[in-house]
Amino acid sequence: MHELSVCQALIDEVARIATSCAARTVGRITIEVGQLSGVEPELLARAFEIARAGTCAAQAELSIAVPEIVVHCNDCGASSSARPNRLLCASCGGYRTRVLEGDGLRLRAVELDVPEAHAALH
Amino acid sequence: MCQTCGCTVTAGNAHLAAGDSHARPGAHATVEVLQDLLAANDRVAAHNREHFDEYGVLAINLMSSPGAGKTTLLEATIRALRDRYRIAVIEGDLETDNDAARIRAQGVPAVQITTGTACHLDAHLVHRALHDLPLAGLDLLFIENVGNLVCPASFDLGQHVNVVLLCATEGDDKPAKYPVMFRAADLVVLSKADLLGVMDDFDAARAEAALRALGRETPVIRAAARRAPALDAWLGWLEQQLTAPRAIAPLRPLQATAGV
Repeated sequence: MHELSVCQALIDEVARIATSCAARTVGRITIEVGQLSGVEPELLARAFEIARAGTCAAQAELSIAVPEIVVHCNDCGASSSARPNRLLCASCGGYRTRVLEGDGLRLRAVELDVPEAHAALH
Repeated sequence: MCQTCGCTVTAGNAHLAAGDSHARPGAHATVEVLQDLLAANDRVAAHNREHFDEYGVLAINLMSSPGAGKTTLLEATIRALRDRYRIAVIEGDLETDNDAARIRAQGVPAVQITTGTACHLDAHLVHRALHDLPLAGLDLLFIENVGNLVCPASFDLGQHVNVVLLCATEGDDKPAKYPVMFRAADLVVLSKADLLGVMDDFDAARAEAALRALGRETPVIRAAARRAPALDAWLGWLEQQLTAPRAIAPLRPLQATAGV
């Protein structure tokens, strides 16, 4: 289950951001998990419960966005939505497509609780 | 425990993290980021790739389900090419160094990574293994990933190409079942292809159609380590990779860190 490895990487990054903002605690963490990223959102959410323990994100909520897959057709130029194992152009049926959206695994936003003195500087 | 950010929640400060946020003395800030979650892995992968390029080593990440014939293919490949190319292998398995021993028996260096319970290799593990390899004296490095069609697909190791084996004894719908892995492939090898004649429920054309449905033009070749069709197509592809200028994009391009 590589979701735990992904979560540990997520927590490391969140901790780095929290430190750079002198945050006391982390509230909501928003991530994007593409259906073609190889990561299962449900398993990731469960792994997060384990990975966050004892870290600055111990009380954080994880919000997971799963965007629709969008492919661009190199033959006819159309963009269309697709399924993970059927990434064909919906317009011409061609297979020479490129995934525009749906393979990302990204940290989008972190909500922090920042002390007043530090917040005033920003 | 969080050792760096100084904000570990304890019994003494848990009230700051829970309950009514308006009661907190501080301010809320939302930091917008757009960063790949595996950026730390990708940085090390890029570093590994720099090492390979510095020494002119072609690095191939070999992936498949367990038992598809990765090690057997490597043994036969080494026998065929060892007089002309300097080859080494990094072996990834949960336990044992059986595979590294099989490779060493072919007269080339091999480093075994035992991952314990981890289901994939990552760039850090490969980087550590590189210290035990004579990179300066190599032309070709195979990284035999942990047998698994799921997790290894998500981790860039610094390789130049991904080769995925699809075994004749598996289902021909594997590309449809494991789209992330087969999308990552630069080459798909139908392994144990000498069995295709007897495995009448495996239709090579159906396997290829499932691969095309992933929007991929990836070449598919047949290989059998012991009998015909043998390794001609595979060895030909390898020679082409070894002599071609390296212009292959990494599995996961590095993304700029934004916002922070």
